[in-house]
Amino acid sequence: MHSLSNRAKVVVKKEMTLMEKIYLPAIFSGMVITIKHFFKKKPTIQYPEQKREFSKVYRGRHILKRDEQGRENCTACGLCAVACPAEAISIVAAERQKGEEHLYREEKYAKTYEINMLRCIFCGLCEEACPKDAVYLTEELAPANFDRSNFIFGKDKLVQPLGTSAHPKTYKPYKK
Amino acid sequence: MEIFLIDKIVLIVAVFGITLLIALYSTYAERKVAGFIQDRLGPNRAGIFGLLQPLADGVKFFLKEEFIPQNADKVLFILGPSVSMTTALMTSAVIPWGNSLELFDRVISLQITDINIGILYVFAVVSIGVYGIMIGGWASNNKFSLLGALRASSQMISYEIAMGLSIIALIMTTGTLSLGEIVQQQGAPLFGISGASWNIVYQPLGFLLFLICSFAECNRTPFDLPESENELVGGYHTEYSSMKLGFYLFAEYTNMFISSAIMSALYFGGYNFPFMDQLGLPHNVVTILGTLFFFGKIFMFIFLFMWVRWTLPRFRYDQLMRLGWKMLIPLALINIIITGLLIIVFK
Repeated sequence: MHSLSNRAKVVVKKEMTLMEKIYLPAIFSGMVITIKHFFKKKPTIQYPEQKREFSKVYRGRHILKRDEQGRENCTACGLCAVACPAEAISIVAAERQKGEEHLYREEKYAKTYEINMLRCIFCGLCEEACPKDAVYLTEELAPANFDRSNFIFGKDKLVQPLGTSAHPKTYKPYKK
Repeated sequence: MEIFLIDKIVLIVAVFGITLLIALYSTYAERKVAGFIQDRLGPNRAGIFGLLQPLADGVKFFLKEEFIPQNADKVLFILGPSVSMTTALMTSAVIPWGNSLELFDRVISLQITDINIGILYVFAVVSIGVYGIMIGGWASNNKFSLLGALRASSQMISYEIAMGLSIIALIMTTGTLSLGEIVQQQGAPLFGISGASWNIVYQPLGFLLFLICSFAECNRTPFDLPESENELVGGYHTEYSSMKLGFYLFAEYTNMFISSAIMSALYFGGYNFPFMDQLGLPHNVVTILGTLFFFGKIFMFIFLFMWVRWTLPRFRYDQLMRLGWKMLIPLALINIIITGLLIIVFK
């Protein structure tokens, strides 16, 4: 068969020499290798105390942004739901009533906005599809849970809490 | 007489305690060494550097459910680990932990008992040790346990022969079976350096054979076939839980400590260290230094045991038997012949 990597070695089953038969030199060289590893610097990160920094483009759990006046950006256009390859997003739209102008930026808003975190593959296509700067993927990890129904994140978990207006990537909803 | 008894009881309790302590911390050292060799850190959460880890493990062992399988032979099932542990601890009686101390106007020997057949005693007790494994494996009424026990017993018997033969060559040079005397002889000067006439100089091949055989006797990798996890679940201790399992594991580490002590005593001068008489120190100081040196040598051997364990893969069973019967035994016999010839030529 043609070799793909060109690194294949032909194994020759030849008679072992006396030195090889004694095995002790091979054992000794093996022990030299392990003792070298013994004194190597360890790459361990002491997790709860030390944390590895996430990549700048890390895609974690979602957030629905508000604008500077605390109004929800989302207009329930449904482009994110269409873009989603895992079909994890479902939206129910509603019309903004009189007196709700301080809550929603435009006339149409999302009455429910649910992301199924078990389906979501964190590809970030919703973020790319959004024309209103509403949905972003943060650096936060999607937390574990015991119940499947708790993985469907509604607006209660997704919408940015009032009074926080950091950059969407560095925004950390669960940190106090 | 009473004073003699008190001396001995104090010594016995001390040796017993130190043996258990070292066995306890060998488990910690094993995990640390394994971690470091595999580019990890090993246990480091319980206490500083994880130093309390053995205590945590001990507490866990005691709190685990004590389970005896329904079809197991209850008496033998309990007897197995007891025999293992007892025999592992018995050997320490003849090891000379140090020279003598001059305290309270009398001389106290730091060897519990210097019986004149010390080496024979060690071999006898070690051979009983295999009963612990055999009984435990048999009483479990489980095929994996039985296979592990069978492997252990045939391996021990095979390697005991080579071990005994390699010791015979040593006894030919020393002319005594008493461990105390063997160690004392090694305190003789070599090339003008006192306390350096170690038997390793006269018996390098014998030492190598003895080392390999002690790895096999302690069921340590690459000879850990009796408990090979990936073929036999846990080998002879598959059915054991709680402190009974703890006893088996503990016995293994105790054995490792004791065989390290015996190797240091037989081949590496025991409590003798170079320039021991030329330093001009008082006798008691030299004795204490010697004991420290002896423990240093023991720790080196324990480290060697662990180092090898995390380097080498396990033998296949036919390879194990081939090594034991077709290589080590002939080599040991050749070693005896060479030693005999050299004794005739030089004496």
